[in-house]
Amino acid sequence: MAYFLQQLINGLSLGAIFGLIAIGYTMVYGIIGMINFAHGDIFMVGGFIAIIAFMVLGLLGITWVPLALLVMLAVAVAFTALYGWALERVAYRPLRNSGRLAPLISAIGMSIFLQNYVQLLQGARNKALGTPPISGGITLMDSAGFSVQLSYMQIIIIVSTVLLMAGFTYLINTTTLGRNQRACEQDMRMARLLGVDVDRTIALTFVMGASLAAVAGMVWLLYYGIIDFYVGFLAGIKAFTAAVLGGIGSLPGAMLGGLLIGLIEVFWSAYFSAEYKDVAAFGILVLVLVFRPTGLLGKPEVEKV
Amino acid sequence: MSAMLSVQGVHTFYGHIEALRGIDLEVRKGEIVALIGSNGAGKSTLLMTICGTPQAAKGRVVFDGRDITKVPTHEIMRSGIAQAPEGRRIFPRMTVLENLQMGASSAPPEHFAEDLERALAIFPILKERQGQRGGTLSGGEQQMLAIARALMSRPRLLLLDEPSLGLAPMTVRRIFQVIRDINRQGVTIFLVEQNAYHALRLAHRAYVMVTGTIGMTGTGAELLANREVRAAYLEGGVTEEVVAGGAP
Repeated sequence: MAYFLQQLINGLSLGAIFGLIAIGYTMVYGIIGMINFAHGDIFMVGGFIAIIAFMVLGLLGITWVPLALLVMLAVAVAFTALYGWALERVAYRPLRNSGRLAPLISAIGMSIFLQNYVQLLQGARNKALGTPPISGGITLMDSAGFSVQLSYMQIIIIVSTVLLMAGFTYLINTTTLGRNQRACEQDMRMARLLGVDVDRTIALTFVMGASLAAVAGMVWLLYYGIIDFYVGFLAGIKAFTAAVLGGIGSLPGAMLGGLLIGLIEVFWSAYFSAEYKDVAAFGILVLVLVFRPTGLLGKPEVEKV
Repeated sequence: MSAMLSVQGVHTFYGHIEALRGIDLEVRKGEIVALIGSNGAGKSTLLMTICGTPQAAKGRVVFDGRDITKVPTHEIMRSGIAQAPEGRRIFPRMTVLENLQMGASSAPPEHFAEDLERALAIFPILKERQGQRGGTLSGGEQQMLAIARALMSRPRLLLLDEPSLGLAPMTVRRIFQVIRDINRQGVTIFLVEQNAYHALRLAHRAYVMVTGTIGMTGTGAELLANREVRAAYLEGGVTEEVVAGGAP
């Protein structure tokens, strides 16, 4: 029981990170019907910007943890959002009217570009945080020589994810920007005919997705303590899987999918074998797609009458 | 009276197909102008070209003295033109109220409450349906919502594309009555219709469109009396009521 509870905590923490990344995939897919395969690498860039900010803060002698974390977060979000915006501007907007395949290829190209760019600038070795700024935790249970730990980092991950989800749901459902995004998603040409600046709305969608990816990247860095230029590939694919699993285009679906992928991966590692955890995660995806092609919370394509 | 909207020698292509082959027409301030013609003549394409989606390949579109041929669509729609397009294009997964809020995108936010009240006074049924999703409305209600949504931007020129299509005769009469009322409140109207009888009775002036060109023009009454127009768009075994019903 204690062991199970511990895995549940670990799985939820990992799943929350996947969920944050998955929202970026699902929002972009919802609005322009394209899989942004460079999104995982935007997440990686977010992690790197966070570690650079961390190093610079160390050099400046700012070591009070809450302040350092807030500055890291602000810097990571701001710069990663800029990357997300530039990505859309450079690689996708010029291809807006050229079918589905061209932007997809462009996305894969941008993914390769970002990996190599970071590798060249930062080196191929992984970067470590050294002493983790947040350590320690609470012992929830101590039975039969196995103690259930809930680390402060895990609390931060889960709480910040819940807050971000609540904020995003509010933004999408009630603000003008959110309404414009939903309008573009449902009928882009009509949105334009009502005076909505569609290009700007799409650009802001990329900025929002990249901001969440930046939070995920920073959290990943703090959670695992290391990061390398390749981390975005697998994390990105898993978050994409999460988005599809939950129903691509659906915001709660992305979060649910993320949590499920995290839980499956952790439980599989805990009870079966860590080597095959990826197989388990992707295997579940295959099963869901066979029996429910629109994903768990996805809505089937409605035929226009 | 000077032209509010002037279309000058406009050509528009869809891929390699030339949908508009040199269109000239104008709409003056305060008028109701109808554009009739058979299916596929290019009527909807003309309305979309006025809105810049797609843009005209040749020729000019001038609105209020300003050349808008190459202006981005959202800016054109912010300069006083609104369209209730073919097929209504209600946002299906948004509520009626949200659809109306979208319509107000280009209006100053402080006017929203007042404009909403006015739109709902024109179509009281929408008031009851405010919280309902657009996709669940009937065809007639969707048409009313499409017009109400277009009015939310406080347009000076309202473009209407087949407002009577697929509606019951009673609803058609109601819609045309509303169009006349809106016009009396000072909104200039450019109306595309296959339902030639109602459109010509309503319009001050009209144009007949034939495969991408303007075939004829005159006042509504003149065209209604014209033998060619009658033969092509009003008769041929079709009674007025069937035309009014917009047979599918």
